[in-house]
Amino acid sequence: MTAPSIDFLTILPFIIVGGAAVLGVLVETFLGRRARRPVQLVLVFGSLVAAFSALIWQSGTRSLEVEGALALDGPGVLLMGLIIIVAFVSAMLLAERQLDPAGDAFAPRASALPGSVEERELTARGYLQTEVWPLFLFAVLGMLLFVTSTNLLIMFVALEVMSLPLYLLAGMARRRRLLSQEAALKYFILGAFSSAFFLFGSALMYGFAGSVDFAVISDALAAKPGETTLVVGGVAMISVGLLFKVGAVPFHQWVPDVYQGSPAPVTAFMAAAVKIAAVGALLRVYYVAFGGLRWDWEPLLWVIAGLTMIVGSLVAIAQTDIKRMIAYSSIAQVGFILMGVSSASPQGLQAVIFYLIAYSFTTLGIFAVISMVRDASGEVTRLDQWAGLGRTSPVVATTFAIFMLALAGIPLTSGFIAKFLVFEAALSAGAVALVIVGVVASVIAAVFYVRVIVIMFFRDPVEGGPRVAVPSAFTTLALSISAAVTVILGILPQPVLDLIEQAGVFLR
Amino acid sequence: MTLPLLTILGVIPLVGALVLLALPKGNARLIKQVALAFSIAALVFTVFMGLQFDADSTAAFQFVESYPWIPAFGISYSLGVDGIGLVLVALATTLVPVTILAGWNDVEDGRSVKGYFALILVLETLMIGVFSATDVFLFYVLFEVMLIPIYFLIGRYGGPNRAYAAVKFLIYSLVGGLIMLAALIGLYIVSVDQLGQGTFDFASLVGLDIDPTTQKILFLGFFIAFAIKAPLWPFHTWLPDAAKEATPATSVLLIGVLDKVGTFGMIRYLLPIFPTASEFYAPVIIAMAVIGIIYGALVAFGQTDMKRLFAYSSMSHFGFIALGIFVFTSWGATGSVVYMLAHGLSTAAIFLTAGFLMQRAGGLGAIAAYGGVNKVAPVLAGFLLFATMSSLALPGLASFVGEFLVLLGTFSRYVVVGVIASIGIVLTAVYALRYYQKVATGPPSPHVEGIPDLRGREITALVPIVLLTIVLGVYPAPVFDVVNPAVERTLEVVGVTDPVPTIGVLGGEQ
Repeated sequence: MTAPSIDFLTILPFIIVGGAAVLGVLVETFLGRRARRPVQLVLVFGSLVAAFSALIWQSGTRSLEVEGALALDGPGVLLMGLIIIVAFVSAMLLAERQLDPAGDAFAPRASALPGSVEERELTARGYLQTEVWPLFLFAVLGMLLFVTSTNLLIMFVALEVMSLPLYLLAGMARRRRLLSQEAALKYFILGAFSSAFFLFGSALMYGFAGSVDFAVISDALAAKPGETTLVVGGVAMISVGLLFKVGAVPFHQWVPDVYQGSPAPVTAFMAAAVKIAAVGALLRVYYVAFGGLRWDWEPLLWVIAGLTMIVGSLVAIAQTDIKRMIAYSSIAQVGFILMGVSSASPQGLQAVIFYLIAYSFTTLGIFAVISMVRDASGEVTRLDQWAGLGRTSPVVATTFAIFMLALAGIPLTSGFIAKFLVFEAALSAGAVALVIVGVVASVIAAVFYVRVIVIMFFRDPVEGGPRVAVPSAFTTLALSISAAVTVILGILPQPVLDLIEQAGVFLR
Repeated sequence: MTLPLLTILGVIPLVGALVLLALPKGNARLIKQVALAFSIAALVFTVFMGLQFDADSTAAFQFVESYPWIPAFGISYSLGVDGIGLVLVALATTLVPVTILAGWNDVEDGRSVKGYFALILVLETLMIGVFSATDVFLFYVLFEVMLIPIYFLIGRYGGPNRAYAAVKFLIYSLVGGLIMLAALIGLYIVSVDQLGQGTFDFASLVGLDIDPTTQKILFLGFFIAFAIKAPLWPFHTWLPDAAKEATPATSVLLIGVLDKVGTFGMIRYLLPIFPTASEFYAPVIIAMAVIGIIYGALVAFGQTDMKRLFAYSSMSHFGFIALGIFVFTSWGATGSVVYMLAHGLSTAAIFLTAGFLMQRAGGLGAIAAYGGVNKVAPVLAGFLLFATMSSLALPGLASFVGEFLVLLGTFSRYVVVGVIASIGIVLTAVYALRYYQKVATGPPSPHVEGIPDLRGREITALVPIVLLTIVLGVYPAPVFDVVNPAVERTLEVVGVTDPVPTIGVLGGEQ
């Protein structure tokens, strides 16, 4: 047996991000408390920029790397690039420490009991928890692997590398720590549960195909059409694992709690980047490995997509907390994304990728604004407290209104083009009923997006309501980028559409 | 190279809106003057374009411009107007300066003056665009985006129940819009099937040969959106709320111009793109229109609030417009277009006069609170009378021309429908005159006691409306010249010819 041949240049982005994460751990160990934050920031932003440059530099090669374990194909590279950019913008939100007078968004020491003397002392002494940075980079590494892995085992490893740091990050909020810790625990338990599903499903597929490799599985499905027991079990369980990660109904219960409990910057990262990674992986599994079973999983996805859109939109109407509302809205958005996935065509793939680009930036912007609306106790997420924000802070409120209109799919925003593409792909695939469900869900969803605008612009400010805190350049820049992408993609989507079209389809 | 005149026209108010945003907040007077200046500039430019318009041209559209926008989906930024589009663009650019002048003091309680007038100007840009788009995707985008400024105009500057009315309006419209989006994509997919390369270009879509079943489905998608916009019975329930809560200026733009997008869409898009389906659904739509005419008039009787009365009355008139389109006669269709124009003017007259009156009486909308205006404020009462006459289509005024032609077109094909629709005219006369009688005659009511008469600014806003209404009523030929070729082209595509009159016209043969 020969040693595996690995072209290290082509997998440079992974090496850079992973290496920076390991370095980050060493920084925590060996550097003094004051020096850690600046060094970590340089590491994070530097490694992301370097990884992105390496990706661009290598983007000409479309190949399977590391003995066929990683697919650096068009969509894979595109999704990697998107994840790195989204991570970069999320990192800006994470780096913010001007909004909270006590420091950044994280507890000074996660192990200190909430409300204890120790915690107060640490806060008073200005402790910051810089461990978040290596955790963040590990999560990014996991995401990059997740969208490029071409076998179930690597995908599972990537899933865990991505998820474990996120469980921790979710539990580290500086404010409302009990809520945050509860969210982390829920996320962890349900996440572990779904990982187990994924692993079990992988085992069944291995039993069927004799390999965990997508290409081999695909061939085996074509060669052995009769054997269904293992296949059905395997596909179903892998689907459960992945649909859990994207937050599709009926595997969505963790979403609102985790979105609400986590610090806003972490939620932003989770909502945007995890969604890209998980949908990317879902696309690859369905299109490459299970492509031959298309006629079997298509109806299943139709039902799940329809349910996800309707349940997400309906439940969002009843929410009084902005983070929970956005959480349910993100569930509804996943339904639209799944509509694109279910069309199982190159058009569908392109529509989904565009949707992910549009959705992730809008979401980043939304949580950037949420992190800015605060009072003395931290973020104010009660919706009725946002009354009159349009009067007191017109610029921020207008930006937020644009994001709401984008989520509602109003023309001249990225969300409209995204919705158009998804509807177009679904109608081309003949899913008329699903498009009708999509139209109904869009109307229902419009109700609560519009309500936010009503509250901000048509109501008078409340006494003792929140203020929009003045952020540092980090959040300001992140918000500006998100808003710009949301509007520009809505008006001039052609360059991005070209980019996506050039990316082509998955390699196998 | 020819100048992109329509784009320039559309950009004028948009630039105005941006200039407004850059002006200092404190100087409300300057803000209003700048807004008025830009809207007048747009009007002057429209007049200039109207003079350039060649009524005898054989081209379907004039002032044509086209640039690729999203080539991946065959979407282009294409503008051009036919006679119908030109008339409606002119209506929009005429009513905007009038409403700015009339709504001079609409915003006084600390809300943003800048925002109000900037929204009106942005709306003007979108209205110009929506009437001149020749790419259906572009039309759809503008159709939807137009909701946003109106939504803020109602929700931010309207009456006490404004948030409710604004949301109701928006949700209703979004329902229509999303259904239309699905139909639009369906149409695109048909074009992909037939042409190989998908397109949203109007002329190419008209050339498609869509099978009847698909036509019927897609037609419904578009029709529902247009029927909600217009609004036709039974999609009208948002209108009275919106009209009541909006400021009079907003109502004029909403009912006078925006609602015309619905009927404009029917004549521009439904008839030529889905000719078979149009004929198939025509009886249903005619029935809806006639029900709307009678129902709107009857409900208008029962209204105690002026603005709600006008809303129902408008709904009744929209029935006439839709009727004229779907009887498929050139009289009917021309009448509809003229009526769209006339109704815009008449809406402006009736809402603005009522608005001036209400402003003087502390914003009271109840008709019963008023009486005897003609003794206290004779000039205002005079304009009120004129507005009432215009609304009931007095011969010699523009709305009469429209209503008469629509009925002529209807009678020549469906006598019974014509008879029922004529009853609507009688009902209109009754409730309109009753409104005038209650408000303007009799002894002055306590609320009317001592109100000042119209000021110069208010008269200046009303006079152009009055003059246009009279001129078009007495000499509508220029509008006919412009509109007729477009109407004939449309009916030709549908493939119908005018029925030979069976009741002898003077000197005609049986």
